[in-house]
Amino acid sequence: MSAGANIQNGQHDDGETRRGFMQMLAGAFGAVGLGAFLVPAVNSLNPAKDTLALSTVEVDLSDVPVGGSKTVMWQGKPIFIRHRTAEEITEAEDVDVQTLTDKQTDESRVEKPEWLVVVGVCTHLGCIPQGQKTTDNHGEFGGWFCSCHGSQYDTSGRIRKGPAPKNLAVPPYKFVNDTTIKIG
Amino acid sequence: MGNHPREQFDNPVVEWVDSRLPIFTILNKEYGVFPTPKNFNYFWNFGAIAMFMLVTMIVTGIILAMHYTANVNLAFDSVERIMRDVNGGWLLRYIHMNGASFFFIAVYIHIFRGMYYGSYKRPRELLWILGMVIFLLMMATAFIGYVLPWGQMSYWGATVITNLFSAIPYVGEHIVTLMWGGFAVDNPTLTRFFALHYLLPFVIFAVVFLHIWALHVTGSNNPLGIDVKGPQDTIPFNPYYTMKDFFGLIVFVMIYCMFIFYMPDALGHSDNYIPANPLSTPAHIVPEWYFLPFYAMLRAITFNMNVYMLAGLALLAVVLVEFVWRHKPKYLNAPIGFLIFAAGGALALFGFLADMNQDWEIPMSAAEVAPVPAKLGGVLTMFGSIAMLFIMPWLDTHPIRSARFRPLYKATFLLLFVLFVALGYIGSQPADANVAGIPLSVFGLALTGYYFGFFLVILPLLSRFEKGRKLPLSIHEAVLAKKQQFQGVSA
Ligand code: HEM
Ligand code: FES
Repeated sequence: MSAGANIQNGQHDDGETRRGFMQMLAGAFGAVGLGAFLVPAVNSLNPAKDTLALSTVEVDLSDVPVGGSKTVMWQGKPIFIRHRTAEEITEAEDVDVQTLTDKQTDESRVEKPEWLVVVGVCTHLGCIPQGQKTTDNHGEFGGWFCSCHGSQYDTSGRIRKGPAPKNLAVPPYKFVNDTTIKIG
Repeated sequence: MGNHPREQFDNPVVEWVDSRLPIFTILNKEYGVFPTPKNFNYFWNFGAIAMFMLVTMIVTGIILAMHYTANVNLAFDSVERIMRDVNGGWLLRYIHMNGASFFFIAVYIHIFRGMYYGSYKRPRELLWILGMVIFLLMMATAFIGYVLPWGQMSYWGATVITNLFSAIPYVGEHIVTLMWGGFAVDNPTLTRFFALHYLLPFVIFAVVFLHIWALHVTGSNNPLGIDVKGPQDTIPFNPYYTMKDFFGLIVFVMIYCMFIFYMPDALGHSDNYIPANPLSTPAHIVPEWYFLPFYAMLRAITFNMNVYMLAGLALLAVVLVEFVWRHKPKYLNAPIGFLIFAAGGALALFGFLADMNQDWEIPMSAAEVAPVPAKLGGVLTMFGSIAMLFIMPWLDTHPIRSARFRPLYKATFLLLFVLFVALGYIGSQPADANVAGIPLSVFGLALTGYYFGFFLVILPLLSRFEKGRKLPLSIHEAVLAKKQQFQGVSA
């Protein structure tokens, strides 16, 4: 059995073999290699560069009368722009913030009080609420009404009633001049 | 496989192949002489029917894919072209479209059969779980397939269902963006859905193979739910059950053809013939009929689970484990158990009322600090309802399989079936619908309660306390007794 010692592949006193070590090493390399492939493979499913490139739009507001609305597309989602009337603004500002589901003041949601700009996607499960046309159902709070599961938004786009957990999101935007905004 | 003694075939070509690859030997063993209980009723047809439907879906699907274009600007028109211009395209599409429904009909009956006759019980637990995996994969495939024609229901169904995942805390939004490949359901979503819709049926095929393999290890259950004791209890699969399956299949396909040829759109929604419009949501979104009961459970959770309610539910769970699941309570005695039960119930109710009445301003009851908001609660309930089916073999440990010999199980199970259908109706109605002034979602919640109660409470209790009827000694004896009774009557 003296020649057998070689075939044993360098057994140490503690019973560990070189082969066992090599197997673990190979396994570890395999796992790292698989991970190194999986990350880019899964990441390739995230928004691609051209999708991201569509991420700003400029909107001319000069044609929207007081009380009127405009809908534009940004990142595949509708953006609701509302030229609010004086009553709508006071209504939005007078609400006691503590009674709201998602506690936000009206001031924190607008750049200029006359212009409300929100993402027109219900924060419940993503339907498009009604209320952009004057003939639409505006819900009990004068803003928007989502007919999918009955969420109601006020004149600041805040959730007031129904299953939606959050206010309509405010997209990042700024006024380029008095009548133009840039979204994104 | 291959090393067992093999019987020679007379046909020289068959023999040449079989001696190199014993495929004919295996086919003969598993589908020819395979010993099968001799007392099957027609409920045992639906496995074979489901298999037929899977093949039908794959064959028609591959041909449709040759004419279909997965692009948001072309998809709807390519399906209309299939309907109007491709030779026989309307037929292929109607076979595929209604095929999804009939596939689900077959599989639902197949599952209810298994539940009624106790086919999920030892030793068939793994067989049952593989079946459930198939069911989940089918739901994924059908949901994704419904998106492909890119009509209004396709688009908005996809939007609502993918948005469910945003309920997952912290990572939800990222998962949804990852699924969409953008910031809304759009072209990247459609192309990846098409790739998956092509792939998943073949994954189903592989799992069906494992399912049947597991079946052929344990052998089939039967309407009496008792084990096969010897050759007098069985008959060879061929020709007896090949014929019976064939007959059942013909009847099934006749009904299927009635839909294909005379009312091809009866099971679908007409809004899906309007091209997808990301700017306008249809007034009333409904999923396909086979998802409705689960959709109703999703919508039944209209309240947020705040800390009070979760604490109450946790206490109730302790009572459930100690007094219902354990045969003897380990840590608690009855009076303490009752106290915990009462406290848990009261706390859960208090939490519920505190959530419903936000103006009470009870500390930590505000909707936005609830650990499980309504949206997440609904999603957990929906997936939980399917999880119940997965763990059913461990919830029902009663030694008798068939409901024929368990009157209490039979009654509670048939009630479950009726309520499940009622849930389907609730799921089909608008969210704000009500009956006699009571919102439908309240009924939805009550029925959801029974669904979970059946699995978590009734099944374990019945396992311990239901006595059951006396079982026949063998399948053979029961069949003979029935025959004699029948002859006695006719003589
Ligand atoms: C588990 C099996 C399958 C199920 C449950 C299933 C389900 C569905 C459903 C519900 C639709 C929507 C039908 C409509 O409303 O128009 C659909 C469409 C489609 N499926 Fe499948 N399918 C299956 C297998 C396949 C396979 C294997 C292919 C092959 C690639 C395929 C290709 C297609 C195509 C191209 C469409 C779009 C055309 C159309 O809408 O008619 N399907 N599928
Ligand atoms: S998506 Fe708007 S209420 Fe559900």
